[in-house]
Amino acid sequence: MRTSSGNAIGVNSGFDFLAALKEAGMAAGVALALSFTIIGMRTTGQQGGLGVEFRWNAVAIAVVLVFIGRFLLVLWRQRAKPLASADRDRMMDRVGAMVQHWSKYLGAALFAGAVAIPLIWSDNRYVVDVSTLVLTYIMLGWGLNIVVGLAGLLDLGYVAFYAVGAYSYALIALHFGWSFWICLPLAGILAASFGVLLGFPVLRLRGDYLAIVTLGFGEIIRIILLNWYSFTKGPDGLSGIPRPSFFGLEFTRSPDDGVTAFHEFFNIEYSSVHRVIFLYYIILALALLTNFFTLRIRKLPVGRAWEALREDEIACRSLGINPTNTKLTAFAIGAMFAGFAGSFFATRQGFISPESFNFGESAVILAIVVLGGMGSQVGVVLAAVVLIGGTELFRELALYRMLAFGILMVAIMVWRPRGLLAHREPTLLLGSATERTGGDR
Amino acid sequence: MTMLSVAGVHTFYGNIEALRGVDIEVGEGEIVTLIGANGAGKSTLLMTICGNPAAARGQIAFAGENITAMPTFEIVRRGIAQSPEGRRIFPRMSVLENLQMGATTAPPEHFGADLEQAFTLFPILKARKDQRAGTLSGGEQQMLAIARALMSRPRLLLLDEPSLGLAPLVVRQIFDTLKRINAEQGMTIFLVEQNAYHALKLAHRGYVMVNGRITLSGSGADLLAMPEVRAAYLEGGH
Ligand SMILES: Nc1ncnc2c1ncn2[C@@H]1O[C@H](COP(=O)(O)OP(=O)(O)OP(=O)(O)O)[C@@H](O)[C@H]1O
Ligand SMILES: [Mg+2]
Repeated sequence: MRTSSGNAIGVNSGFDFLAALKEAGMAAGVALALSFTIIGMRTTGQQGGLGVEFRWNAVAIAVVLVFIGRFLLVLWRQRAKPLASADRDRMMDRVGAMVQHWSKYLGAALFAGAVAIPLIWSDNRYVVDVSTLVLTYIMLGWGLNIVVGLAGLLDLGYVAFYAVGAYSYALIALHFGWSFWICLPLAGILAASFGVLLGFPVLRLRGDYLAIVTLGFGEIIRIILLNWYSFTKGPDGLSGIPRPSFFGLEFTRSPDDGVTAFHEFFNIEYSSVHRVIFLYYIILALALLTNFFTLRIRKLPVGRAWEALREDEIACRSLGINPTNTKLTAFAIGAMFAGFAGSFFATRQGFISPESFNFGESAVILAIVVLGGMGSQVGVVLAAVVLIGGTELFRELALYRMLAFGILMVAIMVWRPRGLLAHREPTLLLGSATERTGGDR
Repeated sequence: MTMLSVAGVHTFYGNIEALRGVDIEVGEGEIVTLIGANGAGKSTLLMTICGNPAAARGQIAFAGENITAMPTFEIVRRGIAQSPEGRRIFPRMSVLENLQMGATTAPPEHFGADLEQAFTLFPILKARKDQRAGTLSGGEQQMLAIARALMSRPRLLLLDEPSLGLAPLVVRQIFDTLKRINAEQGMTIFLVEQNAYHALKLAHRGYVMVNGRITLSGSGADLLAMPEVRAAYLEGGH
């Protein structure tokens, strides 16, 4: 009886209201169950302990919103001819292939844009600062891409190597007064050694197990940094970390005796933006280094072995590949780039504390790699711009930033489960075509 | 000269004893085949020769060297190539990249010539060289698996059911190619097969495995003539 009336309405107007109501009711029920405690109760500090404040009207609003939203969504779905997911996938694959095809030009355009940003916005410190941040994450994404995207090792503790790089630079620079340009490779080497140290015992583990152990390692590093007060100043962090110089030229208004300042040398007005721009170009260079390294190594036997290992470890072994060593190099190289990025972070901030290296950072970097499309270099750029630049734009709406972040993630998962650009081109081509850049950019 | 000798090898998967004392010899330049029912332990023997899983007891020697306890990649570097059960090509990589992976342990200066030779043996692979290996047909994938194994310039080629799931014509083609590799390059081949008739026709010698033990052995022609072999492995097929 009920269904027939539902059908009757459905036939007349093209909508099946009953089904939509049913679904909306179900969604509202779930929303009620979830928001009952999460939204409906709030602990408040009262005299003599904690109290609970009830906010039933907020719960009601949430439930009603979910009900209406779901109802409209279902109706819209009934009306809109759904693009079959296979069609959608094929379309995105074509987009991916096209991006890959144009990657040479796209890469050049992105590069030119990146070089131009501080020149165009030289008086807008905010833009350069955000771009620097985005570039840092692009570099971290590219570094992690070697481990996760190419070698297929799920590393949830990547931030540990970032931290090792940052603290290495800060401690060496503070204790020995060495310059950034000497410390940078040292920090990279130290981070890589940590990568080997961690990798050696754990790379026998597969998939989920590896993920959990790396997650633990990330936390261990952070907790050591937090508690080894005599060495790392614990939660107080390290401050006064030296800034890098431009071939010996300092970025200060009034340099010490015997040191020339940047603005004096070039005979220009002192501006604090000079250093910001200089830092921007440093991270741009570091990020490009990471990118070119990845593009190169993908064509070398070891890079190809990483990809093969991700596909079939048993086959790799029976082809004479030593899986442990191969994974270890991926791990160490990924860690090295995190170390570089870490020292940059330290020198840019001038202050670091363990707070900057929590699991959330690892998660964001991993999200950039996964959402960008594992193994795709352009994908990492897109994902970093969207995730980091996007959340930065939403900073005004501080409360809703994480919400937007979450919605974005869910949208990508639904629409593009394999990542934005998950198209892979062969890295080896025969004959004259060998010279063509085959890799993703 | 004995290329491969397997003596009294036992292999376990947990508590399951898959090989219960296997003895096999493969001489240089020979084609030797191993036939047996499903679950007899044929694939396990090939895997054990490559050290994964390692033999629990017994000894495996390759060209006189004891390789029983070596890790797989070390064994392979000594000149054993395997085209494993289920082919195990790299599906997301191109045909060419798969072949390059096969050449991992070979000296790089031979790559061009070896590639040319692989394409001569399997011309279809040349036409498909930039295609993703996962999109090849079953027969093409099998050819790729064999070609990839050959790219390492092995002295001993281990093949696990190269005829599985292939049309008779393609089976014939692959077996002809194996014969050619053996005749022209003197390649030693140890072949596991369900297709007993073709395998025994091709091979110089053969072994029959039942429940992790070798029960019969002899020349290919002799085995083909044995009533118990005919009853168990050939009726219906031929
Ligand atoms: N990884 C494994 N873990 C546990 N048991 C296994 C494993 N691999 C094989 N076995 C068991 O070992 C026995 C031998 O298996 P094997 O794969 O060697 O058989 P086979 O002779 O190659 O059979 P087929 O002709 O069907 O390929 C079987 O009983 C199988 O169930
Ligand atoms: Mg088998």
